[in-house]
Amino acid sequence: MHVDHLWKGCIVSDYTKPLPPITEQSKPFWDAARERRLQLPRCDHCGTFHTYFEPWCSHCGKEGVHWESLSGRGRIWANCRFHKVYFPGFAADSPYNVAMVELDEGPRLMTNIIGIPNGSLSEMPIGMQVEAVFVDVTDEVTLVKFRPAVGDPA
Amino acid sequence: MSLISKRKDSVAVVGVGTTDYGALAGHDATSLGIWALRNAAEDAGINLHDIDGLICQRLTDYQKFVQITNTTPRLVTATPGAGRMTGGTIQIAVQAILSGMLDTVAVVYGNDGRSAGARYGGKGDNYGTGADQMWFPYGMTSPGAVHAMLFQRHAAMYGTTNEQLGAISVAFRKHAALNPAAVMRKPISMDDYLASKFICEPLRLLDYCLINDGGVALILTGGDRAKDMKQRPVYVRGLAQVSRLAQGELPDDFGFAAMQRAAKTVYEMAEVNREDIDALMIYDNFTPIVIFALEGFGFCPQGEGGRFVEGGTLELGGRFPTNTNGGHLSESYMQGWNLQAEAIRQLRGGLAERQVPDTQLVQYLQGGPLCTSIIYGRDAS
Repeated sequence: MHVDHLWKGCIVSDYTKPLPPITEQSKPFWDAARERRLQLPRCDHCGTFHTYFEPWCSHCGKEGVHWESLSGRGRIWANCRFHKVYFPGFAADSPYNVAMVELDEGPRLMTNIIGIPNGSLSEMPIGMQVEAVFVDVTDEVTLVKFRPAVGDPA
Repeated sequence: MSLISKRKDSVAVVGVGTTDYGALAGHDATSLGIWALRNAAEDAGINLHDIDGLICQRLTDYQKFVQITNTTPRLVTATPGAGRMTGGTIQIAVQAILSGMLDTVAVVYGNDGRSAGARYGGKGDNYGTGADQMWFPYGMTSPGAVHAMLFQRHAAMYGTTNEQLGAISVAFRKHAALNPAAVMRKPISMDDYLASKFICEPLRLLDYCLINDGGVALILTGGDRAKDMKQRPVYVRGLAQVSRLAQGELPDDFGFAAMQRAAKTVYEMAEVNREDIDALMIYDNFTPIVIFALEGFGFCPQGEGGRFVEGGTLELGGRFPTNTNGGHLSESYMQGWNLQAEAIRQLRGGLAERQVPDTQLVQYLQGGPLCTSIIYGRDAS
C-alpha cells in the first residue's frame, strides 16, 4: 500500500507539461474527460455551446448554462507546428503539432492530433475529419486529443 | 460627422521623439519614456511644463514618470502595455484636444522588453477566455502561433503562400537598410527568408518582429496652436477603431468585417480615398497580419492580399511603400509607436533615401484585435 502510493506520486511528478487549473467552473469538463466523455457548457436559451466556463452566453447574452455531451467528432479548423519550446515539458516532443478542431456541434477546441505517422502538417490538413481520444496524463487530468477519424464518415 | 471633419486642422502632431532601439542597459521602461519625451519636447520646441496631458503606454509607472519629469499635467493616465492599445491611446489624446479640455497632450511609450527578458508565449501569457485552461495543456501559446494558425487558414482558403509572406519580410528589411536607427539592417533575399528556422511552422524567424528596448513620444495639440510652433504640423485627419475581441484570438474572417467598418469611418472622417494615400504603416508583429490588414482596410479584395504584396507593391518605389523604417520586423518592435513616428517624419519630409516623394497622406493600419486606422496629412485639407 505504502509502496503503491509512492509509485503513483512518482508518475504524477514525471509529467512536466502544463496542467489545467481545475476550478469549480471547469471541473465538470475535466471530470467528464476522465470518464471518456467530451462535454461542454451549453446555453439554456439559445443552445450555443461554449468553450469558456462562465454562466453568460456570448451569443444571446442570457444567463444560464448546462453541461451537455458532444459527439467528439469534428474537422481540423487550423493547424501549426511548434519548433520553439515555450514550455520546458514539451522540449522532448519538439516539433509538435497543435490544431484547432471545429466539432460537428460548432464549438472549437485547441488540441493535439495524434496518430500522424511523420508528424507533418500536410498529414493533418485543414478540413480533415478527426475524432476525440482521451489521454490520461495524471491521476486527475485527462486531455482531449484528436486522431484522424476511423469511423463512418459523417 | 466628427469634429475633425468639421474643422480639418483640429489636431496636429507637433513633436516626435524616439530613443535608440536595441539593448539599452541602464534604462527601464520609465526611463526610456522620459528619454523619448525629452526628444519630442525639444523637437516641438516646448518645455515639459507646457504639456498638460500625459498618457503613458506600456511604461506603467506614471507616478515615477511625473515625479522625475517634475511636471503638473491635468490628465495623467496609463494604458495596458499591449500593441493593440496604441490606436486607442492616441484616440484618447485626440479626444481630449478636440473637446477643448486639454491643449497639449503627450503620449509616451517606453519598452524595456529586451533587457527585462520579455517573452510572448508561455506560462505568463494568459489573456482572453482562459489559455491556461484550454490551450497550455496542449502546448498552444504565443501570438506568433495564433498568426501561424490564421495564416494556415488563409492559405487553405485563398492559396496564400509562404513566399508571399517572404515578400513582406524582404521588403521591410530593404527599407531598414536605409534607416540608420533600424536594429536589423543587413538585406535579406527570399532564399534567406526561406532558409530561416521555423519558430511556429509555417512561420519562420523572419516572420517575427524584433523585441527590443526603446521609447517613442508624440506631442499633439490643436491646430491653432500648432501653426506657430517649431515644426511643420502634421494633421490627424482621421482616426477609427473597431474591436473584434468578441471573436476570440482566431476570428473566422481574419478581422475583415471589423476592419471594413474602421476603414469606412476613417476615410469619411478624413474625406479622402485609398487612392489618395501615399504610404502605409502597417502593424507587423508577424507577417500574416500585414496581408489581413491590406484586405480588411480595402487595399485589395478579400483573399487577394498574398498576391497584392508580390512584385514590390509595399517597397519604396511601389504603389504603397509600407513601413519605410523597416517596421516591427526590421527596425524594432515598438508596438505601433515607431510606425506613428515614421508616418509623421515621412510627412515632414527629409528622410533621404527612404523618403517617399511628395508625401501628402500616410495611413496607419492595425489589423487587430483592436482594429485601428489613423490618417495623417501634411496639410489640414
